[in-house]
Amino acid sequence: MSTTVETLEAMERPPVTMGSRLEGELLEVSMGPQHPSTHGVFRMNVALEGEIVRRLKPVFGYLHRNHEKIGENTSYLGSMPYTDRLDYFCSMTNNWAYALSVEKLAGIEVPERAEYLRIILAELTRLQNHASLLGFLLNDMGAWGTPLMYAFREREKILDLFESLSGSRMMCDYMRFGGCRCDTPPGWMEQAKKIVDRFPRFIDELEQLVVGNEVVIGRTQNVGVLSPELAINAGITGPMLRACGVNYDIRKVDGYGFYPRFKFRVPLGDHGDTYDRLMIRVLEMPESLSILQQAFAQIKPGPIVNPKVKLRAFRPPVGEAYGRIEGPKGELGFYLISDGGPNPYRYRVRPPSFINLTVLEDLCLGHTVADVMVILGSIDIVMGEVDR
Amino acid sequence: MIGTGILKGMAVTARNFVGSYFDEERLTTVQYPEERSPLPENYRNFPFLPYDGEDPHAGLRCVACKICEKECPPQCIYIVKSDDKKPDYMGKPQFYPKVFDIDISVCMSCQICVEVCPFEAIKMDKEFELSKRERFDQLLLRKEDLAKPNDYYHKICPTDATDVDAKLAAAAEAAAKKKAATAARAPAKD
Ligand code: SF4
Ligand code: SF4
Repeated sequence: MSTTVETLEAMERPPVTMGSRLEGELLEVSMGPQHPSTHGVFRMNVALEGEIVRRLKPVFGYLHRNHEKIGENTSYLGSMPYTDRLDYFCSMTNNWAYALSVEKLAGIEVPERAEYLRIILAELTRLQNHASLLGFLLNDMGAWGTPLMYAFREREKILDLFESLSGSRMMCDYMRFGGCRCDTPPGWMEQAKKIVDRFPRFIDELEQLVVGNEVVIGRTQNVGVLSPELAINAGITGPMLRACGVNYDIRKVDGYGFYPRFKFRVPLGDHGDTYDRLMIRVLEMPESLSILQQAFAQIKPGPIVNPKVKLRAFRPPVGEAYGRIEGPKGELGFYLISDGGPNPYRYRVRPPSFINLTVLEDLCLGHTVADVMVILGSIDIVMGEVDR
Repeated sequence: MIGTGILKGMAVTARNFVGSYFDEERLTTVQYPEERSPLPENYRNFPFLPYDGEDPHAGLRCVACKICEKECPPQCIYIVKSDDKKPDYMGKPQFYPKVFDIDISVCMSCQICVEVCPFEAIKMDKEFELSKRERFDQLLLRKEDLAKPNDYYHKICPTDATDVDAKLAAAAEAAAKKKAATAARAPAKD
């Protein structure tokens, strides 16, 4: 009994008073995993000096679902619906990345119409991902709900397209090795064209809402500056890398799919701060729209899937392949090793969200705790992909 | 001038607010459950087993080949093959599932079972209001819960159902022709 009392006494801290006594003392705050601004179940242990962040330790793993091990224990086809659940905002691009790696592994040709359809779907995904990211980011800055709801209104139209094509709004499970699962229903293309034609109106509104807004500028400019050197060394990809001024877009570098047939520009940032990361998304949306318009003009009727590919008992030859695409969040890659069996021997995902998140501490040091939320929001993470 | 950016933003919100009373494009909320937006034909939720005719047992197309059970990624289908056989739509005696369970608390609506089934015996349903008071037995759908008439399939997916019917009819016709041909050839052999 007495020992407890002693320990308690020993642990007793000096009374908290205002003023100089607190100087130099760090206060540890655990943000998340249920914090509404952490975009899912993500925890940060932040050490604060006053309001300034001095240390930040991210804690992952709350949403770990053993994705890679499950992938090694199901057939190649069986992993396709699981990839939807990685980054549940962009299931179409996840499908594409996985299908691309398997096609590389087994040397499968994809028919023309399917390639165009994949590009259309990937660019629609990019539009809705960037729109909702901007909504969430403004939400984190205190514009509660309004911009987010505008973004979701537009996103909903695109999700309706996905639903009428694949049967599900978010878990599309639409692509198959050597093509896509089914052709577009009647009227789908017209509907898609209509939505794409109307989308610039939303981008204009968003620009008016955000670009000149003094609060947004005050909260984002020179906050969380990422240098190009650090970005390259840390393996950052996607809009976050381009915001630092590094011209690296896998659509241009690899030219996978039919992207070399399209004319589009790659917007680049200059300062690498949160404002640039925000603006990169605003500027990428019109480029996606231009790709979509070109694709609508070029797409022709035709077969949608390579008939040589077996759906069941699919066994690629022994070998390994890494397929990657420019997802809305960055380089999304799947690395597969086949031993000739029905399951991959090794199945590895290169998740853009997770790798982009690794520089969080470097971005946040020296900023206030309120900026941490904005910086985190500008990285664009989805915990389903970070923890897998 | 400082403040213009904010005023511009305010103008956008005002436009959206007023527009939400008049503009179709800004008026997007649906007052569920009183109002419902129509489901697209491709919409999918959980699988069901369509049967032909009146009797769910006699008309069930499933032949208990267990392909779907093997291919289902989360392994939520459970099938026990029958000991005896019953005639299928082509009149050929086939096994049938004695037990056919789908655990819809595990099913992820991926449609792979539908794609791999060679007998058009399993299709995706559209019913989505499935909340139950108990999470074990009531979310485990038995053969009796899963079997639904072909008319129902026609109602939810008119195009697909017509295609499937045509395909099955063609297969049945081909089988009947083959049978007639073998029957005609058989006496000649003797
Ligand atoms: S539903 Fe189809 S695949 Fe499954 S056991 Fe029956 S016939 Fe075979
Ligand atoms: S929809 Fe997918 S998860 Fe559900 S029973 Fe069919 S194969 Fe299994």
